[in-house]
Amino acid sequence: MNSSNPLPDGLEIDRRLLLLSPEDNCLIACRHLVAGTIVTVDGKSITLAQEIALGHKVARRRLKQGEIVMRYGAHIGSTLRAVGAGEHLHLHNLKSDYIPTYTLTEGERFAE
Amino acid sequence: MTINPKLQPTLTGYLRSDGRKGIRNLVVVAYLVECAHHVAREITLSFRHQNVHLIGFPGCYPNGYADKVMRQLVTHPNVGAVLLISLGCESFNKQGLETLVDATGRPVHTLTIQQTGGTKSTIAQGVEWVQHAQEAIASTQRVAMQIEELVVATVCGGSDGTSGITANPAVGRAFDALVEQGAACIFEETGELVGCEFHMKRRAATPELGEEIVACIEKAAKYYTVLGHGSFAPGNADGGLTTQEEKSLGAYAKSGGSPIQGILKPGDLAPTGGLYLLDVVSDGEVRFGFPNISDNAEIVELISCGAHMTLFTTGRGSVVGSAISPVIKICANPQTYASLSEDMDVNAGRILDGEATLEEVGQEIAQLIVRVAQGEPSKSEEMGHQEFILTYKNFTPIGPACLPIRQSIPVQTI
Repeated sequence: MNSSNPLPDGLEIDRRLLLLSPEDNCLIACRHLVAGTIVTVDGKSITLAQEIALGHKVARRRLKQGEIVMRYGAHIGSTLRAVGAGEHLHLHNLKSDYIPTYTLTEGERFAE
Repeated sequence: MTINPKLQPTLTGYLRSDGRKGIRNLVVVAYLVECAHHVAREITLSFRHQNVHLIGFPGCYPNGYADKVMRQLVTHPNVGAVLLISLGCESFNKQGLETLVDATGRPVHTLTIQQTGGTKSTIAQGVEWVQHAQEAIASTQRVAMQIEELVVATVCGGSDGTSGITANPAVGRAFDALVEQGAACIFEETGELVGCEFHMKRRAATPELGEEIVACIEKAAKYYTVLGHGSFAPGNADGGLTTQEEKSLGAYAKSGGSPIQGILKPGDLAPTGGLYLLDVVSDGEVRFGFPNISDNAEIVELISCGAHMTLFTTGRGSVVGSAISPVIKICANPQTYASLSEDMDVNAGRILDGEATLEEVGQEIAQLIVRVAQGEPSKSEEMGHQEFILTYKNFTPIGPACLPIRQSIPVQTI
């Protein structure tokens, strides 16, 4: 994990972002990344618009509304709206396809 | 991956009458209704850090699940003697419990507060009995114990976006190593496996078991949907997890890659070595509220299935231990480890920093399991954590397809 993640086609992903499975369309932050950080995703430079905390997800590429999000090569939900490459992928733009997620910050209601 | 062979032959266990072996030799003080809780706690407080643990059931109404779990706990191989504290008018079948323990040869005694003169005199009599029990069990026979006789459980709590990529798959590696050596390993929280049912089906030992696994997860999804809430806490979202199925996939990594040998329900013992799934969600209509109100309820159920110890993975940073069986804390997140290192046994977050591989952390966990089995206290155990929760549930017995292999361990008739 010290080097970039090499892909079959040779395109590189920044070592601060973890690709868990080749077919995934999200990446996991291996450390805290401040807004404005420039990262390499599939060989392209992307400037992160938001701060991304350790363990949080960013979109690997542009995602359409209603697109299935893949992590570990498996479905983890679908997008609520279009999401840009490198954008924070979380409760505001990704929903469960099973059971709604409850958070305190959403004012004690289901974040859906 | 295999466990360091140098460590293999040196386990010794406390031999129990059913053939199982304990890695601890505790006195358990159990209150049989909340009304007896204070008296029971006061008795145990006279023996802090002296292997006297407090457990109990708070309800006054009878419950078959609670009865079955309690019967397994007071005859758990880590338990050497049992003191029951009753108020006197509660529903719990204390005579049945005492008879069961007595038949195993363990010292057992019941104090009924309404007949022993009240709080102070019951505490005094309880303290005196525990002192005698400690002396009596000091000579319990210790015999050689093999890795294959170990039962190891896993649970996750305070998960975040790192849990599923460091601590959980590292536990999976340790589980694979233990299963390879014949140990029984148990993973659970079917509500946290929603979305993984078809992956698990492919790993089932028989096609019929595969169908049972899918049905088991469907039951959990339905149950949580009626309750209107997944097994998902706000802290999970703060840590980067967005959906139930994302949390589930991370949790599922704890199970490793071995075939799934069977489904257990709370209080069922694994009949052989291998990997087992514990079904924790009540059968039938939704009753008694959330399946497990917090992590320790799950840990108690795993112990009721005979677990000698529990591997607890955490990202946000849980500090709990448990009564009866040690809890080993495996921290997924390097930032959490830095702030809570005094509570964490293993720093799996090193994987994210590139300082260790999954295999190395898996090996570290497997070696720690052996040391804790040899008597080394885990951090939560050393600090006196003895959390315990047992509440109401409703289960029907497991069907024949749930345990394709039933053999070896003489399962108690309860």
